[in-house]
Amino acid sequence: MPTCKIAVVGDRDSILGFKTLGVATFPAADAAAALQIFRQLVAENYGVIFVTEELARDLREPIAELNRRFLPAVVPIPSSRGTLGIGMEAIRKNVEKAIGADIFSRKEG
Amino acid sequence: MEIRVNPTRMELNRLKRRLKMAERGHKLLKDKRDELVRQFLILVRENRELRERVEKELSSAFASFMLARASMPLEVLEEALMYPTRRLELQVSRRNIMSVYTPQFQWEAQKEGEEGNIYPYGYADTSAELDTAIETLARVMDQLLELAEKEKAVQMLADEIEKTRRRVNALEHVMIPRMEATIRYITMKLDENERGALTRLMKIKDVVRAKV
Repeated sequence: MPTCKIAVVGDRDSILGFKTLGVATFPAADAAAALQIFRQLVAENYGVIFVTEELARDLREPIAELNRRFLPAVVPIPSSRGTLGIGMEAIRKNVEKAIGADIFSRKEG
Repeated sequence: MEIRVNPTRMELNRLKRRLKMAERGHKLLKDKRDELVRQFLILVRENRELRERVEKELSSAFASFMLARASMPLEVLEEALMYPTRRLELQVSRRNIMSVYTPQFQWEAQKEGEEGNIYPYGYADTSAELDTAIETLARVMDQLLELAEKEKAVQMLADEIEKTRRRVNALEHVMIPRMEATIRYITMKLDENERGALTRLMKIKDVVRAKV
């Protein structure tokens, strides 16, 4: 079984703690820097890339492109400043794409 | 609309074979799509619940980190976290969902140094909030990886469902009607030719009989 690495990309405050868990952390100030890091990570055979939603918001296209491949899995996570709902939004989009309608639409929303 | 072909018997036979094949393919693809959607719905429901849980726990981990940051100088904090005691290794295998291959992760934390100690620092300079934060984060990490696996599968299934649905629709609404129209056109043309030949024969017969 092939092994691969895990990376976390985000602002400094958000990624601080991940380092202690043995995950590679990459600070990125803005989307352009994050994109650069993505390229490097893909070349270095990373399997899972967690990226803060603040960066993911401006990188929808590259992330969608990466997620069409087998690896890596790019997963948006909330940053230390809270969630923007991008991860949930992505799930909703997938449901729409597959079913043709958002069948899980929120009752409270 | 029909396909442009020569109205011959050979072409007719070929088309009939193709039509039969297309109908079989259409049925199979439809079955595939239905099963994919069923699997997708199961996965997506799990995915939603997992993400909600993870986001909540991650926020609480970040909150404790904020507290830790507030209660000690940044340099000390960064120094404390500089050298991790663990290394997370990820093993990837493939899972086959209706011949869509999605990655599955197995992970194991490789501990270095003291057994079971997730804190890479001594307790002298750091605050208790940092301990809480790291403990929460360590718990969330397992769920995060599970989330990565699920979300990837959901994404790949969604793509595959879209593709399959397009194929089903193309067969159902374009290919099959077109072939049926062409088959109808060829049969009519052949029938017309036959009638033409028959009337010609009858006419010739009349002419020959009149001469005798």
